[in-house]
Amino acid sequence: MTELLDILANPAFWIATLRVATPLILGTLGVLLCERAGVLNLGIEGIMVAGAFTGWLTVYAGYGLWAGVLVAALTGAVFGLLHAWLTVGLALSQHVSGLGITLLATALSYYGYRVSFPKVNTPPTIEPFAPMEWLGVPILSAQTPLTLLALLLVPLLAWVLLRTPLGLAVRMVGENPQAAEGQGISVAATRTGSIVAGSALMGVAGSFLTLSAFNAFFFNMINGRGWICVALVVFASWLPGKALLGALLFAFFDALQLRLQQAGDAWLPYQVYLMLPYLLSILALVLVARKAAYPQALMKPYRKGER
Amino acid sequence: MRLEKRNHTSPAAYVLAPVSAVVFTLLVSALLVLWAGAPVGQTYALLLQGAFGSVFALTETLTRATPLILTGLAAAVAFRARLFNIGAEGQLYAGALAAVAVGGMHGGTGLEWSPYVLFPLMMLAAALAGAALLLGPALMKARLGVDEVVTTLLLNFIMLLLVSALLDGPMKDPLSMGWPQSVALQGDLELSKLVPQTRLHTGLLWAVSLAVMLWALLARTVPGFDIRAAGANARAAAFAGVPITPTVVLVALLSGGLAGLAGAIEVAGRTSYVTLDMSPGYGYSGIVIAMLAGLHPLGVIAAGTFVAGVLVGADSMSRAVGVPTYIADVIVATSLIAVLVAGLLTQYRVRWK
Repeated sequence: MTELLDILANPAFWIATLRVATPLILGTLGVLLCERAGVLNLGIEGIMVAGAFTGWLTVYAGYGLWAGVLVAALTGAVFGLLHAWLTVGLALSQHVSGLGITLLATALSYYGYRVSFPKVNTPPTIEPFAPMEWLGVPILSAQTPLTLLALLLVPLLAWVLLRTPLGLAVRMVGENPQAAEGQGISVAATRTGSIVAGSALMGVAGSFLTLSAFNAFFFNMINGRGWICVALVVFASWLPGKALLGALLFAFFDALQLRLQQAGDAWLPYQVYLMLPYLLSILALVLVARKAAYPQALMKPYRKGER
Repeated sequence: MRLEKRNHTSPAAYVLAPVSAVVFTLLVSALLVLWAGAPVGQTYALLLQGAFGSVFALTETLTRATPLILTGLAAAVAFRARLFNIGAEGQLYAGALAAVAVGGMHGGTGLEWSPYVLFPLMMLAAALAGAALLLGPALMKARLGVDEVVTTLLLNFIMLLLVSALLDGPMKDPLSMGWPQSVALQGDLELSKLVPQTRLHTGLLWAVSLAVMLWALLARTVPGFDIRAAGANARAAAFAGVPITPTVVLVALLSGGLAGLAGAIEVAGRTSYVTLDMSPGYGYSGIVIAMLAGLHPLGVIAAGTFVAGVLVGADSMSRAVGVPTYIADVIVATSLIAVLVAGLLTQYRVRWK
């Protein structure tokens, strides 16, 4: 018990929590935007890998860190465009298209890494983002600008989605595409735009790992974080504010399990602690399922004139 | 751009669609081969040779195809019922663990069971373990509306951690020199070799027979009809008197059971013990294979062999010309997307306006 209090009283714990949460916040906002427009995007796991890779490669090639973030966003957008073409243009199964994109993006990234660095055993490193010490705010000053970006995107996305005509259009094509079409909103264009923008966020989420949390690209570095984002969106009832809360809660347990492990409570195998965040995700899904307000048209393809 | 339903699809189109998808994939992947600085023709020739070019290559490919066909069937039967089981990877490990737990009673612990009794028990335990892992998410979907994609996916991570914990602890082989691996199965519980001096084992016959049985079940029986009806339109099926919850349970048993068997057959046929890396993602590849096969159980045999061939062929090709083996995953992923698009174009025509 005192151990737990010691952990919670230590600012390093809260710094770690916010750091772990950052890619989850960005990724969850990306999934949320796609789903609000009615399209599930299971491509996130692969798009995060691709963003992590291309962002890192850009910086490694000598361009700036922000150029890396931009390239990661563009990478995400390109895969988003492919997903949009398959699911909106051709009305293929969103589940399958997303899984296909995850496989493709992951395979392309690993292939690209191996072609670029055929004989390298220790991954080449870059100089990552520095903490924002000039900010002078405890905990936040220890973070990099990408964390600040993620935190600022939460109210921005909430405002756009819930308070602007653009957001209304996105929500309408996700709830009732027929009605949206009747109002003169192009379902295809709105959905495509939402998927591309959401996927760009996923790319940035991936780049956080190589440009901020670590300084190199590793295989399996995304390691299910993308899938966690898909779960967090349901937990968040498709609201950006709750998405932030969910990501922080998840990161809290993730950071906590690491420290409990280190504190040496050897009576439980360390794998049990690693399971905690996943078990909690499932539990959260079960608890919110009853009142989950899925966007009504989620996963339903829309073809003009077809019902 | 808009899609218009075709009134008529020629039989040739059904054959042409997957063929043109594979051709398209090879053209796109050729660009990546060129990027790696290798000659395209030679690379593909070596890949084909490494997959099917000799008796040894062919047996390696079929050995690899065995678990892929089983996980492919697991995905196909679930997807037919619109139960998106992404958890075959975890179910495979559950089956492998159950097989070793039951088979491991043999020998060391004083119980001397006839292998003719123990082997079926082992396979049954594996199938039930895989099915149990899917039953939870399936019922949560049917009863509470919890999205099964996410729950089955998360269970993969939980299952792998559980395997890791068990191989570090209660199920660890004390003679494994510290490696996290389970006790090996006794020799009389292992599947016999199909071709002597190779790794190909009789598990392949299991996989193929199960594919035929699944096809017969889906195409020729009432529960098979219920599964297809529930997948086509759950609400209409329920209205027409299809028992939805029993059907969901049946699908979970079949799908999770097949994935569990994939794990047990890998252990009994190839590895003889459970390790953390015994599956390089067979569960996930099974989803691709099911989609490539158009969710048809007999098509799964062909698709599983194709994917296994690409993976095995890429291994030996990579050693020869230095194109990274990840090209295999690119080929598999691209062909999945290409097959989907090609399949759609047999049903719809694209109108540009």
